Amino acid sequence: MSDASLNTASQAAAAQTGEAGFRDFFALLKPRVMTLVVFTALVGLLAAPVAVHPVVGLAAILFIAVGGGAAGALNMWWESDIDAVMKRTAKRPIPAGKVTRDEAFAFGITLAVFSVVMLWLATNALAAAILAFTIFFYVVIYTIGLKRWTPQNIVIGGAAGAFPPMIGWAAATGTVSIESVLMFALIFMWTPPHFWALALFMRGDYDTAGVPMLTVTHGRKSTRLHILVYTVLLAIMAIGAAFTGIGGPVYLGVALVFNALFLRDAVAIWRRDEDQAEADNYRVEKRAFRLSLWYLFAHFTAILAEAALSGFGLGGWA
Amino acid sequence: MSFREEHELHKRRFGRNLGLGLVLAGFVALIFGLTVAKVTDDDFMVPTQQQEGN
Repeated sequence: MSDASLNTASQAAAAQTGEAGFRDFFALLKPRVMTLVVFTALVGLLAAPVAVHPVVGLAAILFIAVGGGAAGALNMWWESDIDAVMKRTAKRPIPAGKVTRDEAFAFGITLAVFSVVMLWLATNALAAAILAFTIFFYVVIYTIGLKRWTPQNIVIGGAAGAFPPMIGWAAATGTVSIESVLMFALIFMWTPPHFWALALFMRGDYDTAGVPMLTVTHGRKSTRLHILVYTVLLAIMAIGAAFTGIGGPVYLGVALVFNALFLRDAVAIWRRDEDQAEADNYRVEKRAFRLSLWYLFAHFTAILAEAALSGFGLGGWA
Repeated sequence: MSFREEHELHKRRFGRNLGLGLVLAGFVALIFGLTVAKVTDDDFMVPTQQQEGN
């Protein structure tokens, strides 16, 4: 099915209503993704070696969250055709006929401009510029450009989700430094195995939508190998970060435990074939996906803990 | 005298208006807080003082 015909079908469905509720517009902001944005941006802001006034910090996090939500709304605007045919996304506001595509576009663009301008006024130009670039990257480079063109969509698109801690850090310090680049790298390397694990057990969804996910273009066996390779690279990076400015003994302990668990699951995924996976309803793949969420949460909590301990002269290796 | 029964649409519209009202009230409070935070900051100087300083 072509993009054009899918677009027309979803537009017809969406045009039936024009009275969306508050919840429908809120759902356009992808609140679940927003929690990750808020948490990682907050860690970036609090781990920075510059004290931020609590109200300025609150405003910065809110505007970063709104910017992330705006990118989510614009993503849903562009992808309403594929959302309509995927089970996981069919109930989103546009395919469900609650919000029209035009409403979603207007909502997304307005909030994008608003969040960037407000972040600039509340903090500094660099933080606002990175937020603007993040929205541009997620909507134009990833959603409109890469997602339907290359199976490396998740790898490159992962950068968009990796920027929030860098924005938080820039909001506090006005700079980009090695610490914020490391936090970026952590999320960037984590994204591919996280999404490929999801793609393995959301079997059929991406095939139906015609999105060139690795599972569709290179097959599921290759995807299993990719998950293992990326998890090994992620483990090297994540454990290595323990010996930098954002790390310390607490972070190292957390990194060793969670990377060992994630590697165990990645090896298990690699050793399985489709028959085994189907036999137990993708138990290992689902476990790896859930673990990946805890993995990121644990690493960023550890970074925050190291920053908090340094306030008492205990953080890091010093 | 009986009032016209409220349609589901009106409830939804009221919910949206209420939500938007609360968001706007929160935004006003945030801008007020930001203003207070910025003008009480040690680095803050009013423009005339900046000119005199230069």
